[in-house]
Amino acid sequence: MDAETAQPATPADQAAEQPAPSRRALIGWAGAGLALGAAAAGSVAAATMKEDGAAAPAVDSTADIAFYGDHQSGIATPVQDRLHFAAFDVATNDRAALVAMLKEWTKAAAAMTGGREVGAGATGGVPQAPPDDTGEALGLPASRLTLTIGFGPTLFEKDGVDRFGLKARRPEALIDLPKFRGDRLEDGRVGGDICIQACADDPQVAVHAIRNLARIGMGVVNVRWSQLGFGKTSSTTPEAQTPRNLMGFKDGTHNIAGSDTAKLADHVWVAPGDGPEWMTGGSYLVSRRIRMTIEAWDRTSLKEQEDVFGRTKGEGAPYGKQKERDTPDLSAMPQDSHVRLAHPDSNNGLMILRRGFSFTDGSDGLGRLDAGLFFLAYQRDTRKAFVPLQTKLAANDKLNEYITHVGSAHFACPPGVRKPGEWWGQALFG
Amino acid sequence: MPARRSTAVTLLSLAVAGAALAGCSKKDDAGSADAVQVNASDSACELSTTTFPGGTVHLEVHNKGSKATEVYVYAAGDKIVTERENIGPGTRATISAEIKPGSYEVACKPGMTGDGIRQKITVTGDGASTAKADPRLQSAVDAYRAYAQQQADATIPVVTQFAEAVKSGDLEKAKSLFAASRVGWERTEPVAESFGDIDPKTDTREDGLEAGQQWTGWHKLEKSIWADGKVTDDDKKLADQLVADLKDWQTRIPKAEITPTGMANGAKELLDEVAKNKITGEEDRYSHTDLSDFQANVDGADKAYALLKPVVAEKDAALAKTLDGEFTAINALLAKYKQADGTYTSYDKVTEPERKAFSDAVNSLGEPLSKLAAAVVTP
Repeated sequence: MDAETAQPATPADQAAEQPAPSRRALIGWAGAGLALGAAAAGSVAAATMKEDGAAAPAVDSTADIAFYGDHQSGIATPVQDRLHFAAFDVATNDRAALVAMLKEWTKAAAAMTGGREVGAGATGGVPQAPPDDTGEALGLPASRLTLTIGFGPTLFEKDGVDRFGLKARRPEALIDLPKFRGDRLEDGRVGGDICIQACADDPQVAVHAIRNLARIGMGVVNVRWSQLGFGKTSSTTPEAQTPRNLMGFKDGTHNIAGSDTAKLADHVWVAPGDGPEWMTGGSYLVSRRIRMTIEAWDRTSLKEQEDVFGRTKGEGAPYGKQKERDTPDLSAMPQDSHVRLAHPDSNNGLMILRRGFSFTDGSDGLGRLDAGLFFLAYQRDTRKAFVPLQTKLAANDKLNEYITHVGSAHFACPPGVRKPGEWWGQALFG
Repeated sequence: MPARRSTAVTLLSLAVAGAALAGCSKKDDAGSADAVQVNASDSACELSTTTFPGGTVHLEVHNKGSKATEVYVYAAGDKIVTERENIGPGTRATISAEIKPGSYEVACKPGMTGDGIRQKITVTGDGASTAKADPRLQSAVDAYRAYAQQQADATIPVVTQFAEAVKSGDLEKAKSLFAASRVGWERTEPVAESFGDIDPKTDTREDGLEAGQQWTGWHKLEKSIWADGKVTDDDKKLADQLVADLKDWQTRIPKAEITPTGMANGAKELLDEVAKNKITGEEDRYSHTDLSDFQANVDGADKAYALLKPVVAEKDAALAKTLDGEFTAINALLAKYKQADGTYTSYDKVTEPERKAFSDAVNSLGEPLSKLAAAVVTP
């Protein structure tokens, strides 16, 4: 968190960059504790420092998360309740048009994460023109909205064509993901030239953000696929309770804490020398849409369910232990249990930072719940983290009987935008 | 974002934020002085003034009632000048339109049904509209009216042949003429729709019918020809009625209400039509001739834009450049589906990924097109 809150832009800077009014100011949202970006983010950082296992301090779900910083927000930031994730294809070969859009996007992102309207606002501007801001977030606070951008392999080269002169700048770590055993990927849920991850504590705020960016981008980018998520399934704050996934289990207990700067440096942030300089301070994102065969799972005995994970369902304790956070004895778990296979101790200490969300898109036409886990993982080098881990899980994990990977994408998320005037992708395109 | 937009509103709002005042809205603070305030409730429709000068008129509607409402401005004979639907309880909406001097009625419709609560208004002045202010815009309006007339004139012989084929039971011939008979209408649909009584008779789809409403027009005949494979005696009467209704349209174009902003918004509405009904294949669900209508909608939008372009290029050169590029792109995409005989690929043969490419192209054109009206009225 320290890195994220470093060099906070002053409210004056932000106002100079983004003249649009605060949504709260318009409606008169009186919030006595109304705090601007840096202060609010600071209070969150302080809250995450408690690791005594006591009830987690309440997070101010209305607050602003600082947009400017060395790292993009939305990675180590304490996980919000809701997600809207979108992958875009770039429709033009015009590099200047793409750069102009990235600049517009950055301004809009700074405004929205600060709880302000895009451009001239939802009700400002010329009456004969559609408003700059779509308006459904009027009156809502920033709700800890973060917007995180990533660039996919196809931005650098698509069908053998170097559309934007970026081919030579593609990081080696930004691989085309291999096919994993059991993958049943659907064309409409795979890949993308650019992604935006919007996380917020209010779904309307997250949806509003993607909707406005998609609209600003029309003519330059097209939405390829998108996913809504709810009920974070992993936490980057060491709370007493890890949220449950839709199988009813706690998973990701030993996720990297957003406050653990040492682990973040080791496992999440790209370090100088890791690859091209433009990625230093960034991170690689893998997204997987993992469908759960919910009905079959629900017919499975409790013993089998617990064997699949290697934990108890009630407390979430590792086999043979009492509490969720007790150090697990991996040998007490079945060989093919999920926790045993995925645990850092089974993988030479390998860790990834997970920000997964549950999803359900209603039912699938056969009456089956179209639901599961939208897995998001950040890491310093995908070749050394997600790929070996997933290769192993795909081959051995008992959980595979109840899940199917149907969507997949890989993105290079650049470092943060440090101050107003800078823009997403500046170091890559600059 | 365009720099031309005022930042005064912003500064005011920041001041409000500083004072932490509750219950303020930007419209209260910065509502335009010359706008007509409309207070709509479940039982009343009150205007701050019922006499005001013509030109670009702004109605600022505040729905103080408990139901969603809609507000219409009607010219004589309930001809719709402008309207805004679905204004939620407690919300505000601004309706802007070019209104010429004359007598009109404003209607608020709480619950969005019925004739509404009516109020007579008088629009004064010598018609100093945007068009009058810029002679180039007046020429654009005149040229667009001529285009609409030309399209209607060209439609009548084709639709007459189509009707004859239907009446003689020659289904193959009727099929070959169906799409062609619609082109002129689809090109000028925003103008055609302004004759609110003709559109429901000629171009309604089955799911657009109200209970008890008789289904007439192109799509009824389309269903008989393609889905049923036969025409009934009733269909033969409907074929004659379609010709008569379109002749009515043809004779009314000289008096049609056409304004520069109406042209610009009409161009946008044509793309909205495509986005809403053609991309999905709902428009011509039996004949699958959607791409013909699609091309006609694009043609019509392109025509309206081309006529406004001399003014737009001067006021917003970047917008004109974008629109030129997007029109070229969408026409190139459509050209891929045009066959040697001038017809288009049957839409049921167009795959989902291809439909997405069409949808992306429509969004890419429709979004900048939505800024055309503002560019026209900006001084």
